[in-house]
Amino acid sequence: MSDLIQQAESIILKPAGLVISDIDAVMSRLVSTGIDQADIYFQASRSESWVLEDGIVKDGNYNIEQGVGIRAVSGEKTGFAYSEELALPNLLEAANSVRAIAQRGQAGTLKPTAKHQMPALYAAMDPLASLTREQKVSFLKLIDQQTRQIDPRVEQVIISLVGVHEVVLVMTEDGQVSSDIRPLVRMNVSVIVEENGRREQASSGGGGRHGYEHFTNNDTAMTYAREAVRLALVNLTAIDAPAGNMTVVLGSGWPGILLHEAIGHGLEGDFNRKGSSAFSGRIGEMVASPLCTVVDDGTLEHRRGSLSVDDEGVQSQCTTLIEKGVLKGYMHDKMNARLMGQASTGNGRRESYAHLPMPRMTNTYMRAGHSEPGDIISSVKNGLYAVNFAGGQVDITSGKFVFSASEAYLIKDGKIGLPVKGATLIGNGPDVLTKVSMVGNDLEFDSGVGTCGKEGQSVPVGVGQPTLKIDALTVGGTHA
Amino acid sequence: MPNTLTVPESNEDKINRLKNIASDIITEAKKQGADHVEAAISVGQGLSVNARLGEVETIEHHRDQGIAITVYKGHKKGAASSTKLNQSAIEEMVSAACAIARYAEEDPFSGLPDKELLATDFPDLSLYHPWSLSAEEAIKMAIDCENAARFYDKKISNSEGGSVQSFEGSRVLATSDGFNHGYSSSRHSMSCSVIGEHKGSMQRDYWYTVARRAADLESAIQVGEMAAKRTIKRLDARSLSTRKCPVMFAAEVAGGLIGHFVAAIRGGNLYRKSSFLLDSLQQQVFPSFIHIHEQPLLPQAMGSASYDAEGVATSARHIVASGVVQGYVLSSYSARKLGMKSTANAGGVHNLTVEPGELGFDQMLAQMGTGLLVTELIGQGVNTLTGDYSRGAAGFWVENGQIQYPVEEITIAGNLKDMYQNIVSVGNDVDNRGNTRTGSILISEMTLAGS
Repeated sequence: MSDLIQQAESIILKPAGLVISDIDAVMSRLVSTGIDQADIYFQASRSESWVLEDGIVKDGNYNIEQGVGIRAVSGEKTGFAYSEELALPNLLEAANSVRAIAQRGQAGTLKPTAKHQMPALYAAMDPLASLTREQKVSFLKLIDQQTRQIDPRVEQVIISLVGVHEVVLVMTEDGQVSSDIRPLVRMNVSVIVEENGRREQASSGGGGRHGYEHFTNNDTAMTYAREAVRLALVNLTAIDAPAGNMTVVLGSGWPGILLHEAIGHGLEGDFNRKGSSAFSGRIGEMVASPLCTVVDDGTLEHRRGSLSVDDEGVQSQCTTLIEKGVLKGYMHDKMNARLMGQASTGNGRRESYAHLPMPRMTNTYMRAGHSEPGDIISSVKNGLYAVNFAGGQVDITSGKFVFSASEAYLIKDGKIGLPVKGATLIGNGPDVLTKVSMVGNDLEFDSGVGTCGKEGQSVPVGVGQPTLKIDALTVGGTHA
Repeated sequence: MPNTLTVPESNEDKINRLKNIASDIITEAKKQGADHVEAAISVGQGLSVNARLGEVETIEHHRDQGIAITVYKGHKKGAASSTKLNQSAIEEMVSAACAIARYAEEDPFSGLPDKELLATDFPDLSLYHPWSLSAEEAIKMAIDCENAARFYDKKISNSEGGSVQSFEGSRVLATSDGFNHGYSSSRHSMSCSVIGEHKGSMQRDYWYTVARRAADLESAIQVGEMAAKRTIKRLDARSLSTRKCPVMFAAEVAGGLIGHFVAAIRGGNLYRKSSFLLDSLQQQVFPSFIHIHEQPLLPQAMGSASYDAEGVATSARHIVASGVVQGYVLSSYSARKLGMKSTANAGGVHNLTVEPGELGFDQMLAQMGTGLLVTELIGQGVNTLTGDYSRGAAGFWVENGQIQYPVEEITIAGNLKDMYQNIVSVGNDVDNRGNTRTGSILISEMTLAGS
């Protein structure tokens, strides 16, 4: 099946007057003695966003992004150039400047072009066309009206709807051509509630590699709206968060951001090749309690972090990072895999044609355990139950990571107590999973909201986990 | 028809060419039924080089271009952008923006800026100083910088590299009210990040220098040595027990505190009532010794501009005088929502300066006596609606004005409203690199959580 490749050719190459044999010619210019790896990455995307605020759809934006990135790698050295203009002379000029990274040599011989189509994890559809503009506007207005009816304390509602249609075509140094058509939609409902002069804000949303029917079907949009209102109302009664080291129970789903920050980044191949991660050289060691098995899985259908094929033309896979507490492997792109004598794990990703690929996560999650979530809560005498988070960050070298709770409750004598204000939780990546003493049987994924930033590049990702009990973690509240 | 910058052209020719494209876009949008139009075009190019362990690691050649348009049909708004500058992309973009404006709803506050606020005076702010830097020269500088760090001390065990970057770009803004102006600017920087190791645990830190003119950059040796010194100081860090204590934000992180203040007086957060500083105009938010100025017209500064993202003329002003808020941070839209005038802050603030106090860094440590010196903050943890603040921190424990040992894996928490009132002093150790210039800031008490 080379259907996707034909579609990508007609969307990207044909309007620029290019055919695959032209790209072959650029690749021959690129591949010379001393070049270990090279790729030419074409990307064309159309995206839109609609924003409702004050009860009216007041903002809409439509974006056209297109370009080509050309890379040559020699040993550990990378040369890179990109252009928004796809004309052949621009490509050849970029190839010339990029190949200077290696000692100049003879032009190499290319293997004949092979088209390589991976099984698709999502439909090659255009989400922007899945509703008319009229339908998008009236859908947002309907959700706004229904959100305001949930509770009289709702003061302000902001709803955003975003769709992306992205087409990529990548040729690698071995002549392989791959392509992918990646739909992505995202919706967010944000509310402000007020009671007795106290105001609180909360938001909820989701998305994935679908069309907008993901939101219009099955009451999904109102699920976000009800969740946003519920969260904001909970925050109205929140008391000061505790400060200090305590037992923390993390809810299932989005709190899996813990895994992304505490261990995920530290297991990316580039940091480990360079020895700059707190996990460097630790394959085979116990880095978590035996209850923990953690994977990065780009093959989950329709999920925000999934890719049929990564940005280097490698098929996505499910990579075991930690198995029963033992560190099993790193996430690789092609360059770091080659330099470490391993195979790419399909984690080579880039924000766009104007950025270099790096090892990046897809959907990172912990497999389910055996404990009932209720038993986990009732096992805690004094602690914190954190169920929603705003975001996180890690210093991969020292291993210190934070993630910020946006919904949390005190646990007293095995019972969930009063809600507390948002607080940052801080820990040490290589230690935190060794303190996991119970793992729930309730694995859940986030609703499709995650964006990961690394070295200035943003990519969509997913996380997931069952309910977890961590025996000791520092909670950064104000109540000392 | 617009095309790429393949032929060498003078800076003036380039700006004129972009201005012509912008007028063409406005004509096209009006033809397609727009009443009012704004078009912004930017083009840029640059070189970025990273060297690691004494050898070049990446050479990146940058060349960027983009157009953004906003159209209004009456008070209905549509926007679009494109990285393609050819005729078909422009037509697609204009027609998409006009279609959105048809379906968007009437918003009486939206529209181009008030004409009388548009900039008419365009002083030369000396922002454009191209650097004819070859890849070979950049590689040598990056290696020199990294070597200065790597060989500074035996405890430096690894490196993320030294890097040198040079960018220059031009931007043009045109509106259907007759504004059509453009300028070029440059931005050069050098940075270094190294890793130290002691007793099996690693720390990483970095330093950077940035300037409009290459000659104003710190030397490769200075940047490398600073990165090494900062990294070594952090080795053998420990946690602290939970306590309340004074906290001093070092100058390089103190700008963030002022950034949270700016977010809270930004028009968007005020009209949505999602700020802890609603109705703070003429209110005493800081102690009376705090003065914060906006200085948009400083020559060669990183945040300088004679007009904002909408073409509204900037001018020097007090945002805080004697601790009292003198003005908000408004675009045309948020200003109209609040019944006010734009403060020329569409796109952000321009060179915010906290007036330095009398004390230097060491004197401030002495003034604090015993407490926490923060040199790094991680995580988000700031709620602009409530002012609640809780972030991960690293730095140093200080006793009797003397640094005792590095600390990590702690959080600091408080409420920004209290934190601003509890500022004890602002140092004269100003960090001039960013868009917010401030010395270190000492706060009398926050909650520190640790092991």
